[in-house]
Amino acid sequence: MSLNALNMRTDTDPMATANIAAKIRAVGVDVHYHDKQALFQVDLTIPANTVTALIGPSGCGKSTFLRCLNRMNDIIDGCRISGALTLDGRDLYAPDIDVVALRARVGMVFQKPNPFPKSIYENVAFGPHIHGLADDRAALDHIVETSLRRAGLFDEVSDRLHDTATSLSGGQQQRLCIARAIAVEPEVILMDEPCSALDPIATAKVEELIDELRQRYTIVIVTHSMQQAARVSQRTAFFHLGEVVEDGETAQIFTDPRDERTQAYITGRIG
Amino acid sequence: MSHLFIIIAILALALVGFRMGRGRALALVGGQARRLSSLPVYHGGYMLLCCGLPALAMVIIWLALEPAAVRWLVLSDLPDLTKPLSSDRQDLLYDKIRALASRGTGTAGADSFLAAGASHFQSLKQTSLVALAVASLMAATAGFWFAWRRIVPAFPARGAVESCIRIILIASSALAIFTTIGIVLSLLFETIRFFDKVPMADFLFGLKWSPQTALRADQVGSSSAFGAVPIFAGTLLISLIAMIVAVPIGLMSAIFLSEYASRNARAILKPMLEILAGVPTVVYGFFAALTVAPLVREMGGRMGLDVASESALAAGVVMGIMIIPFVSSLSDDVITAVPVTLREGSYGLGAMKSETILRVVLPAALPGIVGSILLAMSRAIGETMIVVMAAGLAANLTANPFAAVTTVTVQIVTLLVGDQEFDSAKTLAAFALGLVLFAITLVLNIVALMTVRKYREKYD
Ligand SMILES: Nc1ncnc2c1ncn2[C@@H]1O[C@H](COP(=O)(O)OP(=O)(O)OP(=O)(O)O)[C@@H](O)[C@H]1O
Ligand SMILES: [Mg+2]
Repeated sequence: MSLNALNMRTDTDPMATANIAAKIRAVGVDVHYHDKQALFQVDLTIPANTVTALIGPSGCGKSTFLRCLNRMNDIIDGCRISGALTLDGRDLYAPDIDVVALRARVGMVFQKPNPFPKSIYENVAFGPHIHGLADDRAALDHIVETSLRRAGLFDEVSDRLHDTATSLSGGQQQRLCIARAIAVEPEVILMDEPCSALDPIATAKVEELIDELRQRYTIVIVTHSMQQAARVSQRTAFFHLGEVVEDGETAQIFTDPRDERTQAYITGRIG
Repeated sequence: MSHLFIIIAILALALVGFRMGRGRALALVGGQARRLSSLPVYHGGYMLLCCGLPALAMVIIWLALEPAAVRWLVLSDLPDLTKPLSSDRQDLLYDKIRALASRGTGTAGADSFLAAGASHFQSLKQTSLVALAVASLMAATAGFWFAWRRIVPAFPARGAVESCIRIILIASSALAIFTTIGIVLSLLFETIRFFDKVPMADFLFGLKWSPQTALRADQVGSSSAFGAVPIFAGTLLISLIAMIVAVPIGLMSAIFLSEYASRNARAILKPMLEILAGVPTVVYGFFAALTVAPLVREMGGRMGLDVASESALAAGVVMGIMIIPFVSSLSDDVITAVPVTLREGSYGLGAMKSETILRVVLPAALPGIVGSILLAMSRAIGETMIVVMAAGLAANLTANPFAAVTTVTVQIVTLLVGDQEFDSAKTLAAFALGLVLFAITLVLNIVALMTVRKYREKYD
């Protein structure tokens, strides 16, 4: 089965990988939690300025893979990672990599909105503040405003920037978390099921936002919604039992999957 | 003792009721428990409660009312006195009668007037006991009969038992609440009596505390002063020193335990820290008096400071050590309860561990931490033993940590030990101090609970 999958990948979209510069490349990545292996020989190329969707049944390792990309798994004890992961050609797990600087380049938005229990302003200013991105108050104000604007939230909160962030609605909180991630000027934004706690209207807003953000950032999004993957992503990777079964252009994955497990999943037969 | 027999008899009857009720319920349906609307135990339990509760309640109420009734009967039946007695004299007389009655050697040799009272007292007691036995056993039997007749297969015994249990629970918590109210009220009344003797303003704002009352007018200390400011200041000084020790150490241990220690280390270290709170305060007291106080004195001496052998510093430091676990254990709990998602959010933005703790975790846990500090504070204010042993009894009004000071609790103890008249200003002062102290710790506790609650609302 894994041989089959590997063979498949060698002829997957030579075009896409060749034409678009690879932002992130994973080759032969294995992840273990203690003795349990969660990812098996994952190979995946993520091109710049595209939205890549990771889909697959629950527990197949999507979050695990995503968290490898900004080394979030470092803080989980018992988690071991092997294989090669590169960002712009540099090894993410090289000993001289500054994890903190890496996480500033690769931002993350979580499944559940997790604003800090501070004001809206302070939430967005948090990253710029710790990284010293603003020289003075005016510069910080500017960063906060542009980040909130890009996250499509500024007009809704401009008159209550100093209210506590937990008073926002769930959808607003999630967009605040996106603004918070944008504020440190990352190159890549990882999103783990960012809409799973949101209603359809808030979801639509976030999806619209993702599409705009693609101009400036590389986005990797985990989602359980096939429609969402189809709507927002240009490329899709299908995970199953810790392996990448198939990846390629979203349109191709959804209309003409090469692996029958992909076919089964997107038509709702496994999952 | 005979009252004990009555209670045992009631309980025995109730137990019999339990077994019979269970048996009857089963027998009614031919042993098929399925056909009962409630399990047989509930029928038994219903019998037990009907049988036992009213009878026991009767015993308790009877015992509560009996002394007053007997006293009234005995006193009103005494041969007419030429002039009505004052209530103090009545108390004295009644005490004498009771003492005579309980001497047991008969009334020979006593005043005939008292002897008559004593024998009346004894006979009344006797009658009361018999009456109680009859009445309460009758109540138990009536309960038994009442419940017995209600047991039919369709009887919802489970619900009935449930509501009985609810009543018992309400009664117990009401008891606790009424006790507290009673204590506060008695404090309040004694305090009001105190303020009859000493003006309230003198007590609250006076700067001199020397509660000795002289026996003769020309003695030393003939004028007593009840200015509570020095002793509240002493309490404040010692608590402050204790907090200066306990808050940083406790908070940092909490951060270490929750953020840096491995799971195994935490499992060992946390209980070890909590043992500190379990050491009896007397032990801390002599540790303070015999080890820390001389040390402080010697170190102060080397630095050219004049340190009393009993100092606020020694007591405060030891007290601080004692309350470290209050801060560390509770803070550790609230810090651990800060959701992982918040930490991940911070790490995900490229924050270091220390930045995450300082800027995200601690602010999120702050209300809980404040709560734990306030709780530790009210513990420090109420602490007595360490201060008696290490800080002395001198009511100095000073902010110098090397001087001997005294605290409210210590003064209450010294005011009340030994033989005391219960209406002298000196004794009553203890109640006034107690009331003020109670008010202070109550406010602290309420503030602590409110901050903790606010914290809960945010994350549940
Ligand atoms: N912290 C952890 N410790 C141990 N095992 C873990 C941990 N996190 C994930 N796993 C395991 O790794 C596997 C992959 O989990 P992961 O969270 O990556 O799945 P997922 O694809 O994101 O699922 P979902 O769609 O439900 O979020 C699962 O079998 C899970 O049990
Ligand atoms: Mg997941």
